[in-house]
Amino acid sequence: MTNLQSSTFNLQQPEPTLDARSHAGRIAVAMPHSDVPGAEAPPAELLRRDLRLPELSQLDVVRHYTRLSQLNWSIDTHMYPLGSCTMKLNPKVNDAIAAMPGFADAHPMQPAADVQGALAVVYGLQRTLAEITGMAETSLAPLAGAQGELAGVLVIKAYLESRGEKRTTILVPDSAHGTNPATASMAGFDVVAVKPQPDGDMDLDALRVALEEHGPTVAALMITLPSTLGLFDRNIVQIAEMVHAHGAQMYGDGANLNAMVGQVKPGDLGFDVMHINLHKTFSQPHGGGGPGAGPIVVKEHLIPFLPSPHVVVDADEDERWKMEDGSGSGRPSSIIHPPSSATYRLHDPERTIGRLGAFHGNFGVLLRAYAYISSLGPDGLRAMSEAAVLNANYVQARLRGAYDLAHDRTCMHEVLFSGRKQKAQGAKTLDIAKRMIDYGYHPPTIYFPLVVEEALMIEPTESETKETLDAFCEAMLQIAAEAETQPELLREAPHNAPLRRLDEATAARKPVLRW
Amino acid sequence: MTTETRPVEARPLVTEPHPYIPLTPDDRAAMLATIGVASTDDLFTDIPAAYRNPSINIPDALTELELLDEMRTLAARNRTGSDYACFLGAGAYHHFRPSLIDPLVMRGEFLTSYTPYQPEVSQGTLQTIFEFQSLVCELTGMDVANAGMYDGASALAEACLMACAVTGRRRIAVSERVHPNWLAVVQGYAHGRDIGVDMMPHPAPGATFVLSDEHACLAVAQPDFYGRMSLDAASWGEAAHAAGALFLVAAEPISLGMYRPPSEYGADIVVAEGQSLGVSLSYGGPYVGLFACRNDYIRQMPGRIVGRTADLEGRTGYVLTLQTREQHIRRERATSNICTSQQLIALSASMYLAALGPRGLRRVAELCYEKAHYLADRIDELAGFRVERDEPFFHEFVVRPQKPPSEINRALIERRIIGGLDVSDAIHNRMLLCATELNTRVEIDALVEALAEVSR
Ligand SMILES: Cc1ncc(COP(=O)(O)O)c(C=O)c1O
Repeated sequence: MTNLQSSTFNLQQPEPTLDARSHAGRIAVAMPHSDVPGAEAPPAELLRRDLRLPELSQLDVVRHYTRLSQLNWSIDTHMYPLGSCTMKLNPKVNDAIAAMPGFADAHPMQPAADVQGALAVVYGLQRTLAEITGMAETSLAPLAGAQGELAGVLVIKAYLESRGEKRTTILVPDSAHGTNPATASMAGFDVVAVKPQPDGDMDLDALRVALEEHGPTVAALMITLPSTLGLFDRNIVQIAEMVHAHGAQMYGDGANLNAMVGQVKPGDLGFDVMHINLHKTFSQPHGGGGPGAGPIVVKEHLIPFLPSPHVVVDADEDERWKMEDGSGSGRPSSIIHPPSSATYRLHDPERTIGRLGAFHGNFGVLLRAYAYISSLGPDGLRAMSEAAVLNANYVQARLRGAYDLAHDRTCMHEVLFSGRKQKAQGAKTLDIAKRMIDYGYHPPTIYFPLVVEEALMIEPTESETKETLDAFCEAMLQIAAEAETQPELLREAPHNAPLRRLDEATAARKPVLRW
Repeated sequence: MTTETRPVEARPLVTEPHPYIPLTPDDRAAMLATIGVASTDDLFTDIPAAYRNPSINIPDALTELELLDEMRTLAARNRTGSDYACFLGAGAYHHFRPSLIDPLVMRGEFLTSYTPYQPEVSQGTLQTIFEFQSLVCELTGMDVANAGMYDGASALAEACLMACAVTGRRRIAVSERVHPNWLAVVQGYAHGRDIGVDMMPHPAPGATFVLSDEHACLAVAQPDFYGRMSLDAASWGEAAHAAGALFLVAAEPISLGMYRPPSEYGADIVVAEGQSLGVSLSYGGPYVGLFACRNDYIRQMPGRIVGRTADLEGRTGYVLTLQTREQHIRRERATSNICTSQQLIALSASMYLAALGPRGLRRVAELCYEKAHYLADRIDELAGFRVERDEPFFHEFVVRPQKPPSEINRALIERRIIGGLDVSDAIHNRMLLCATELNTRVEIDALVEALAEVSR
């Protein structure tokens, strides 16, 4: 094919693998010769005979990765309304901060005295997240949301063990994210599913039955708030009371915290422990699948069991959390400058569940979250969640005539549609998603949660302008019209992407996992 | 409720435009009208009123200029390898980072994309994962690798759980010379699944580990926490296999530039901390765990895996595959709960390997080896210090000073040197020193000089 009319077309040519580009005798970055006297070589039996890494010139490497990047869609290039993932602006200043040599070159095994700046950030973020969520304490050790879940559930397990209670069951709504049941089982618990009622809130009767049936074996309810249906469960306080009445703990999946910051504190609602995805609500870039961070916040009774290490401050009292006039409690003047008397250090909580990673959590991610919160302040955080919810409800209002709503009520930060109408017309949710690519929008989350038929979950976030939302809604309306009249257009989409649909079945049946 | 009587948006939260929240008052009014409510308050009525609008006691917002200023002040309170000579390793290493990595890895298309669930518009990420898997296989000598784990320690913990799944056994054996922090992670994960952990004493040179037929695996580190490369690793692997257990090796990626890959001495699963492959120290993270195994165990592997396939028109493309192992499909029966991992860090590790190639990686390994051995030889000349040399070492070694290591380190930091790790908790009065290609001869000589001074 010799269709070379546009440079974009060229950019979308397949890029050979590093291996295919390799040519013996090339190098992209040269390393120096040794400036010390040669040492005696290691015993020959320890040495490797060959190492087959690709050999490329510097321009090869630069072009390879630049071209590959151009095959990706991202927040920086496209609206990316992936429900449950909070694809918001990732401010560039946060990257600049994480790259400051004073942070980027700090070694995790340095004595506390030499990394007071890093520890001040960790401490400040611990306090800040506890304050935002209305909980007593934070651990920043978990390396992503799912690891935060594991930490939280292990904390519950350790707490129950410390009271001599052997509880072996965790209740999980069947709308939950897959990590919830997977985590419960990694922590050694049996999973019992609880169904929602038709309006999306948890079915209190079903909960009552589950609690009674499994009675004293129930360790916790793991519940996402707002739920994975994009709804705020109106009975949440009652649910917490029921769970507590059975001696069980309330675990909160905080993946959807972006809807709640400044609007309500989960701690006030009765949660005992919750994880937070810093790569969602607090703007850490997703990086194509991480890194993230999954801090947990806990109530007082769970503090002794928190993961290790935790950062504590040695000062008579934490001065920064006093009012500017010194009157006790209130808004600190800065979360950044500690009083000169304070020294921070790492600490193992008394009855810690142990470590989750080799060091102290994903510090570079913690820095970005800290910077993000500092950039918004209390009013900005509230404005953020308010705009996120407003945007989602706006999309709901504009699209409700064209697509079926999973639940026809005010949503929180994301709106859940069902593509069942379009499916009947001959275009499944998958086809709608692929057609969106042709219009220049990254598809939303699809087929999650599993309990909603043909689910299509849109989370616009607070970052988008009204103009972008309007254009997006127009495209969605157009697609709904196409589904009615020419569904094959959707079934064959995308038409304008670097590749057409891929053969996933063969990929799984005959796996080719390396060059 | 009569919404009409309430003033529209009487409570502006932010009076000035905020760069992260673009809706203007006009936008909001128009959107509220479309929705058919009077105020955004009406969107939050599902939240019990008694709990709405709590106060949040955190400082007011900073502008970008103010924020940078404050963060610079804080960064300046750390003493780091950018201004100090650094001889600290112990699981995180100070290495040269080629300049091409940052501008490429920080391209927004890589940085701000999600996990590649829509392959048609994520081929960049997918292909880089396929390449990462291939590079990890080449480095470790193993058949298959996944897209990466949170870090080396959690990769080892997951490998132990995987060994239990493969063998159907519920005890694991772990060498006491694995990094103590990694051991702690393994214990935490094992406790979750009620799996017993046996801490195995390190066998004398020439001897091997003693396992039972209850053990799912033997996990060792090569080099071990103290930097030593054992000549007996193959016999350890045989001991594991004789007991019907898997042999798990925690390797160090730079060392693989010159040392035999674990596949050649019997490893069934290899894990490693990928930080040394061009990733910033960043006070302990984000890093990436490498995870590779033999073909037989693919379907028990945790984490994401990318495979090569074709699109409708037969063009080569890549997709997430073998997903029936994973939590979003298998839920409580998944091989692991891992979801978001460390993809961007895996990408920078790939870029590092692509930039250095086989020649460059071997050179880095040799530089580390030579500098560490030069340092050890010079320290041996000092009165009051003894380097432990009962086994060969790579770029880290144990020194026995006369004075307490903590005291020595305090004196070194005054001389702008970050000393070795004080490991006196584990072995009486010992220090673990590391040298890499970043330590110049001048720095090494200055360290030796300083050590001589402090011990006087
Ligand atoms: C509701 C929910 N819970 C948990 C998770 C898991 O978080 P992570 O991917 O950070 O491990 C996610 C993210 O994918 C999620 O959407």
